[in-house]
Amino acid sequence: MKRAFPILAVLTGVLLGYALHQALVSAPTEQTMGDVQRIFYYHVPSAWTAFILFFVNFFASIMYLIWRANKADIVALVTAEVGVVFCTVVLVTGPIWARPVWGIWWTWDLRLTLTLVLWLIYVSYLVLRRFSSSGQTPLLAAVLAVFGALDVPLVYFSIWFFRTQHPQPVIGGGGSLDPRMLHALLINWLAFSCFAALVCWSRYRLEVLRREVDETLALEALLEPRGSQTRISPTGRAG
Amino acid sequence: MSTVASLTRATLAKDLRLEWRSKDAINSMLFFSLLVVVIFSFSFDPTAEESRQIAGGLVWVAFLFAAVVALNQTWAREMRNQVLDAYRVSPAPPNALFLAKVIGNFIFVTVLQALMTPLFIVFYNLRALGPAYQLPIVAALGTWALVVNGTFFAAMSLRTRSREIMLPLLLFPISIPALLAMVEATGAILTGEFSARFWIVLLAAYDVVFTIASLFLFGFVLQAE
Repeated sequence: MKRAFPILAVLTGVLLGYALHQALVSAPTEQTMGDVQRIFYYHVPSAWTAFILFFVNFFASIMYLIWRANKADIVALVTAEVGVVFCTVVLVTGPIWARPVWGIWWTWDLRLTLTLVLWLIYVSYLVLRRFSSSGQTPLLAAVLAVFGALDVPLVYFSIWFFRTQHPQPVIGGGGSLDPRMLHALLINWLAFSCFAALVCWSRYRLEVLRREVDETLALEALLEPRGSQTRISPTGRAG
Repeated sequence: MSTVASLTRATLAKDLRLEWRSKDAINSMLFFSLLVVVIFSFSFDPTAEESRQIAGGLVWVAFLFAAVVALNQTWAREMRNQVLDAYRVSPAPPNALFLAKVIGNFIFVTVLQALMTPLFIVFYNLRALGPAYQLPIVAALGTWALVVNGTFFAAMSLRTRSREIMLPLLLFPISIPALLAMVEATGAILTGEFSARFWIVLLAAYDVVFTIASLFLFGFVLQAE
């Protein structure tokens, strides 16, 4: 299993390089928007990757509530962290693209607002993990993840009621997308997903090690003679 | 079922009696929302037409902030003398306690709204151009939405450091659709320009979803240790 990690790392590197070439060179320039449209190859794959990660987070949280498996909790933590990073990329690239094309940085339309609300929910999830004390963190976080997931359809319908200014989904609707553009998009998505998996994996290993260290320190503190118990563990439990 | 009902009634009666004698929650909420009303009134100074447009937002933001004040105190008195620990080891169902707390908070916030609404009308010169009978429905559904999630998250933030700050950080993001619905529905009724029905249905759906979810998950939160 550990040997697969460098393989995935190399694969991700190659894919990212190829995808960069596809997005910046191979894909044709869009007629009306020009080169600024190329941000599409980063904006959309990041969004898809973030949504997948949030979905995995929800799934892992349910698993934790049912089985109380520590691994599920670590997966939930890791996917939330990496998902927030990708979601931030979406929220930053969106306005950069919108400004020259729509003439505005931001508009309260369906997908923008939904992404922003998702981002807010998951940031509050991470804040909860950071602030809650010791052993109850996984349970409280899992409960909050379920609440967040329940919230998503309600957010969707509440914003859907407003007129939407965002372009209709380019994939599957009308087929107006050039096949070379679609190719570049999918390659970028694949590369980003591999990258996300890679980051999640190393973060997962880091978290497992950190918990082992915490447990060892706690155990040592218990075994130490009574006189020298004033030492405080150097790593405060966060996460 | 009858045990849940009687336990809920007992806890609710205790909370109401405590509140009636101390008036802690209601006084702090009242003064807080009064301050919000006055400050908003200074900073916007709207005409009657403008205030109809923005009143929905103002009213609900004031009530939201005031509700957080009350919600933060909900569980605090159960922490004193380890009452909550005693409840945890007793065979009483957790949902009875939760329901009593939610209903109690609902009553407090509703009383607050009844007292504050005349003030809003005076300060902002409000008059509903749409069907005014829908306003109490929106108020009841919206208050329930705030209170059911707020009580739940207040119980969750008991287990965190700096719990008073934690509650709004958890409550506000989840409440965004409910807040949007309350604000839009109130605006629709006050201006009479469009129908508030969609928003009322959305609020009702929000209430149902999160009431069920809270009742399912409250046991986990209470037993977390």
